[in-house]
Parts: sequence; C-alpha cells; structure tokens
Amino acid sequence: MEILQNLGLGLATAAEPVNLLFCFIGVLLGTLIGVLPGIGPTATIAMLLPITFGFEPATSLIMLSGIYYGAQYGGSTTAILINLPGESSSAVTAIDGYQMAKQGRAGPALATAALGSFFAGTVATVLIALFAPPLTEVALKFGPAEYFSLLMLGLVASVALAHGSVIKALGMIVIGLLLGLIGSDVNTGAQRFTMGFLELADGVNFVAVAVGVFGIAEILRNLEDESDREVMVKKVTGLFPSKEDFKAAWAPVVRGTALGSILGILPGGGAVLSSFAAYTVEKRISKTPERFGKGAIEGVAAPEAANNAGAQTSFIPMLTLGIPANPVMALMIGAMIIQGIQPGPNVAIEKPELFWGVIASMWIGNLMLVLLNLPLIGLWVRLLTVPYTVLFPAILAFCCIGVYSVNSNAFDLYAVAAFGLLGYVLVKLECEPAPLLLGFVLGPMLEENLRRAMTISRGDPTVFFTRPLSAGLLIVAVLVLVVVFLPSVRKKRDEVFQEE
Amino acid sequence: MQINTRDAAAGVIFIVIAGLFALGTQELTIGTALRMGPGYFPLVLAGVLGFIGFLTLFKAVGKAQSPMTGVPWRGLILILGAPVVFGLTLRGLGLAAATALVIAISAYASRRATFVMAASLTVGLTIFCVVVFSYGLGLPVQRIGPWLTF
Repeated sequence: MEILQNLGLGLATAAEPVNLLFCFIGVLLGTLIGVLPGIGPTATIAMLLPITFGFEPATSLIMLSGIYYGAQYGGSTTAILINLPGESSSAVTAIDGYQMAKQGRAGPALATAALGSFFAGTVATVLIALFAPPLTEVALKFGPAEYFSLLMLGLVASVALAHGSVIKALGMIVIGLLLGLIGSDVNTGAQRFTMGFLELADGVNFVAVAVGVFGIAEILRNLEDESDREVMVKKVTGLFPSKEDFKAAWAPVVRGTALGSILGILPGGGAVLSSFAAYTVEKRISKTPERFGKGAIEGVAAPEAANNAGAQTSFIPMLTLGIPANPVMALMIGAMIIQGIQPGPNVAIEKPELFWGVIASMWIGNLMLVLLNLPLIGLWVRLLTVPYTVLFPAILAFCCIGVYSVNSNAFDLYAVAAFGLLGYVLVKLECEPAPLLLGFVLGPMLEENLRRAMTISRGDPTVFFTRPLSAGLLIVAVLVLVVVFLPSVRKKRDEVFQEE
Repeated sequence: MQINTRDAAAGVIFIVIAGLFALGTQELTIGTALRMGPGYFPLVLAGVLGFIGFLTLFKAVGKAQSPMTGVPWRGLILILGAPVVFGLTLRGLGLAAATALVIAISAYASRRATFVMAASLTVGLTIFCVVVFSYGLGLPVQRIGPWLTF
C-alpha cells in the first residue's frame, strides 16, 4: 500500500528528535495562546515566522502547524471553565461547556472536548493522507488557465465564507493583490510602485505585512478596552466522563468530525465555521433541543471535534494546490516561500519527507495535546491571571526582533508600523484583514498565471471558458458570488456569524 | 439623509488606494492582452478596486450609523512608534538597549502603566530577549552597539 509507505516515511520524519521537540514546542505554544484571549494563532504564527527561517523546512512547518491546532485545544479549556473562549472557534463550546462546568461537570466537559478533538484529529490525518495524493495528481495537470480560475474561485469563496460585508471583503482582497504586486516585475524586471525604495525591489516583506496587519492591529484593538478579566475557577474534579456521557457524545463527535472535515477544505472555511455549523446541526437533529444551552454534552462534543477536524483538513488545499484556505494557511505558504520552496503540487513529489512529515506530525501532535491538556489543566487556567499589560510589550518586542531578523533590514520595521496603522484603520472600518493577506500571497501567482494563459492563447481571453476544467471552476466561483448576494442566504449567513 | 460614516470612509479609502496605484502605473508599460506589460494587471485591479470603492460609498448613503469604539490615541502612537524607534536605533545602540527601548515605550501604551511595572518589565524582558535571540538563536546583531562603547 502506497499510503502506508507514505505515512511510514512521514512518521519517520516526524519522529526525528528535532521534529518531535519542535512539534511539542508548537502545540505547547498553541495551547498557551489558545488559553490567552487577545492573542490568536494567526498573530502568533506571523510573529514566529522569522524565527523559523533557520530551521529545516519540515521542522518549521511542523512547529507552525502545531500552533494552529494546539490553539483549538487551549481555546476550549477557557471556554468551558470561565465562559471565555480563547479562540473564536471555541465560542460555541462556551455555551454548553460553561453550563456543564457550573453544574460541577467541568471534568467530563474538558475530557469530552479533548478526546473528541483527538478522535477528529486522527480521522482528519487519515483523510489528508487519502485525499492529498489524488488531488496532487489532478493539480499537476493544471495549466495556467486552470490555475488562474482556481485562484479566482479560492479568493471568491474566501469572501463568501468570511463574516462581515461582502463588498468590503472583496475590496480588501483587491488591496491585498495590489500590495502583492509591489516590487520588480518578474517578466520585465521593471520596478513597480517602489517609490524609489531599493528595499522594495523584492516586494513588501510578507512577514512585515502579517505582523503589522494581524499582530500590531490586534494589540491596538485590545488596548481600546482594558477592563479586568475576572478569573474565578472552581477546582476540577472527576475528569472522566461516565458511561452515559460516552453514549451521548460519540455520535456527535463522529458527525462533528465529518462536517468539520468537509468545511475545512473549503476556501475560507476552517475551524471557526466548522464549530458553528456542527453546533447548529446537533441542536437541529436532537430529540431534546431544549437541553442545548443548559449543559448538553453534545453541544461540547460536536463543535470541538469539528473545529479540530476543520483546522486540519484546511491543510489539504494548501499542501496540494498551494492555495491557502484561511489566513493561517497563507502564513504557512509564506513560511514555505521563506524556505525557498515553491508551494503547489510539486511539494508532494519533490519533498515527500516534508509533505508526509507535516501530515504525520499532526497525529503525533494531537496525541501530545491530549496528554498535555488533561493533567495540566490547573496550570493553563492560572495563566489567565497574567495581565495584558505585561503581555503586549513582550509580544511587540518579539515582533520587532523577529521581523528584523528576516532580512536584517530596518526598513521592514517601518513597514510594520505602516501596515499596523493600515490594519487598525481598516479594522475600525469593519474591514476584515484576513482577505487582504490572502490576496497579498496570491497576487503574484494570479498575475503570473493570467499572463501565461494569455500568451499561450495568443491574447484570446475565451481560453478561460473553453477549457472545461477552467470553465467549471469559474462557473462555481460565479455561483458562489451570486448565492452570497441572495437576500435569504445573506440573512442566514449573518445569523451564523452573529454570535461571535 | 444619513450616511454610515464607517462604510463611507472605507469606500473613500478604497478609492484613494485605487487612485494611487493607477497613478503608479503611469510610468509602466501597459501592453496588450497578448503581451501584457508590467502595468496591465495592476491597472485592471486598480479599476476594480475603484469600482468597489464607489459601490461601498454608494451603499453607505441611507444606512444607519453603527456605534464606534474610541481610539486609544496614546497606545496608537506608542505602539506604532516602537518598531520605528527599534529600526532607527538597533544598529547604533545594539540589541540590548534597542529592545529595552521598545519594551519601555510599549509598556506605557497601557493607560494603567506604572513606573515600577514598566521598569521591571523592561529589565526582565530585555534579559529574556537577549538570552533567547542573541545567545540562543544567534541573531547576528551586536549586543552593545557602537553608540554605547567609548
């Protein structure tokens, strides 16, 4: 079996001592920032990106992905214990999880969340192993026209599934695309929009954009409201769920895993959408929907399984097609580019140990998370007492040193300040920064494929519609856009996201 | 007639950015669809962004105001200033002093900052950063820069 062989190679890579260590550091950091509100995986990965520069590519990606799925675990801990979701993907877990904690059943709630996540993580790992190779095969047959259409679909879909105004999100994508074009033109070498700055010849530093728009803007947003966090935690007793709990929770876990796995693959999907959808489904099919919101274990099991599954399957389009489904995946692509790896279907073929190592490390990382989270819950909760006043100077110092270390260039630090300001202004105007980052990463790819496709077709723009695969992708993109603008769908979409 | 200031401002910002990029393509070859010059794609994008900007602006008219939270001016200036100061002083002061400056500046960004807290944060975090980044990860920056050595 080829899959077993591949997974074997992956496990061997992931089990190398260095990779095990950094996988552990990744999930530890992930849990940490998952517990702490006000700092999420996107900002953390952006900050740590420069540090990974000196690592082996596999090690770097293993650690960064550990942060992402580790945050899903940490976020649920605080959601259950103090009704304060550390991550937005755990927001629905707080509804029933906190009620369970109030009834003295915090232990079973935490254990259900952790074990459900572990189950979902295991299934998602297998799914990635099963589906990544055939998708890679398909992707290798793609010409420039197909790539262009696929990128368009990815961008459009990321808007559709994000929250907030659709038009403004589209605007943010285009701004991102434009910013991505700054620098030397690959085909002619012409300097574009560099305003005479030599430092911009290689384009705007991706890390500076990510740190500015996510890291700095997030600090500023948190400084708007410096109210105290009330932390009152009862001692957690009786960790293990009863037989009845198991009986009630296993089906929701399976359903949550299935739903999360599907939604994770979609562009713009991932953990947040998955958990919301899973909760809604459980409530709808339950024979006793009135129990939801009053401590139903299904309301913890399903979304926790779903957000973990979604977090992991969102790696599929990133690893096979080089297309990020969400901002965290955009950062992963950035990490690959920093390492000199061209993201896309060739990664699986040219660097199988990297590709399969990252996949296998997810399973190992999930195992670590279960072992890390359940016995150490008291420790994580105590972290919440760290005041934000102490936290953000440290974050800022790491950002500065980290950004500088990428190119040893002070110019990048001024760019951080500029993008921090831009990010904050746009957030104030209710423009989501995530599409901007996606656009920034995809801008050069989009232009390159457009140019190539047009050259091959001798300037005939119908090439995008006459090639069946390309036409199909574009039709889906248009459909997605039409559906999002339908009034009824729009209302539903607002409902799903309003709880955030 | 009411206008949603937020959406209107977003629209205006989109239009301004589109205008700046369109202006930037002036010095570039536009080319044709067959032989696209470096200016072709950006110009198309700027056009799309401008259109989206006008659409946003148009839709803001007649939409109710949405509540806006206050801007933490002190935090804004200090937090945005910190990386700039770091960039200006890193070569001269070296890693230790430049990091200390960043932490001291950003500690005061909080309205609750006290001198004791800022001072202890600065000392503690600076030591931590120098140990981790300079000794641990081998960042190629002088720890004590030329401005501080006589």
